[in-house]
Amino acid sequence: MRDKIIYLLGVVALVILVWNINTIAQLPEETRQGVVFKIIFFHVPMAISAMTASAVALVASVLFLITKNFKYDALAVSVTEVGLALLAGNLVTGSIWGRQIWGIWWAWDARLTSALVCWLLYAGYLMLRRAIEEPTQRATFAAVFSIFAFIDVPIVIFSIKWWRTQHPQPVFWGGGSFPPDWTTHFMWNMLAIALVGTVMVAVRLRQEECQREIDSLRRMAHAI
Amino acid sequence: MNFFRQVFVIAVKDLRAEIRTKEAINASFAFALVILLLFSFAFDPEAETTREISGGLLWIVFAFAGTLVLNRSFARELPNDCLDALVAAPISGAALYLGKAIANYVLVLAMELVSLPVFSIFNNVTRPVGQQIWPILLVMALGTWGLTVIGTIFSALTVNIRLREVMLPMLTYPILVPALMGAMLMTSSLVMGKPLAGDNLTWLKMLIGFDLIYTAASLALVEIVLVG
Repeated sequence: MRDKIIYLLGVVALVILVWNINTIAQLPEETRQGVVFKIIFFHVPMAISAMTASAVALVASVLFLITKNFKYDALAVSVTEVGLALLAGNLVTGSIWGRQIWGIWWAWDARLTSALVCWLLYAGYLMLRRAIEEPTQRATFAAVFSIFAFIDVPIVIFSIKWWRTQHPQPVFWGGGSFPPDWTTHFMWNMLAIALVGTVMVAVRLRQEECQREIDSLRRMAHAI
Repeated sequence: MNFFRQVFVIAVKDLRAEIRTKEAINASFAFALVILLLFSFAFDPEAETTREISGGLLWIVFAFAGTLVLNRSFARELPNDCLDALVAAPISGAALYLGKAIANYVLVLAMELVSLPVFSIFNNVTRPVGQQIWPILLVMALGTWGLTVIGTIFSALTVNIRLREVMLPMLTYPILVPALMGAMLMTSSLVMGKPLAGDNLTWLKMLIGFDLIYTAASLALVEIVLVG
């Protein structure tokens, strides 16, 4: 049953995504930036989904430390992986946009730098997990690190903001102008990317559960 | 024994062990010298621009060489199962952590205090450093505490895992970004003759905040790391 729901959600996500890409392709080009502006339809949702993922990872990590239930550990690692992939997508799309508009692939601007630092933080999380064999220890240490990383995110963002800012100010909540029907398309794409992320997390969660089952069976076989 | 007495005993024990073997501090200082030497190939030490980047260079030396000290902090307890004995001892994890952090702080700061004059001489910044020595020392004291707090908790986290020496810097440097950045910017602007005011004051506050937040977080979570 659960698998069917996951597949169904996946199909829905893909359908919305394809439909969105089609609509976005037909939208007129932005006056000053041209076609590359449309990258915002993917760039921003990826950033928002990645941020949501890190918040979910924090909640899951705290819940694991309180309950010691491995369900939460599996959730934490799944959302962190998916969030990292989304953040990578965000960095890459941003870099492509920067090449067109700024003329350079990368600028050490506040948001770019903080996004990169966040990426490195959560990549460290996954590397830490790889280095620990024992499941309980791995889950505990990873949860502690996840909490440390999450505390760091606002400090990183604020401190780098003081350092310098070159990134365009937010279009949506920062006084930018975005036509209302474009906002609708944007929201649809937000939904699509969030759905794709959710489906990936669900699939990954399933893998983690299977992995744990296999591990416990293996232990049982060794015990006999 | 009350909490502070326990912290003191652990710190003194670590410092005594280090003074007798000198394994971490010697390695750390030698490594700092090597990095300083390599810097001289990377750019022209005579140039005026050196002053502008001096803070950054100095903190790269401190962060890299400091990691050697921090790596040894818990790893030193592994032979003869000393770590198990320490965890089983009737002291709280927080006391053990704080004691070790203080010992590391003293050692890293000692390495830095020796490296600072060497750095100033090699890069011809003795005069500006001398003029602003007290503010620079303040920045060093705060930045190093941030480095030590994070380094010590991750030293405990990585002590039992594979690739310990690789994992510690991989985990600490990204977390340390705000602290290192603040310390670098402040040190550079102090070396360039600016006072500890305005922007520098904002960075100083950020650094103090970073130190406080992570000291609190580490003290709260260290019991989980050590005992599980």
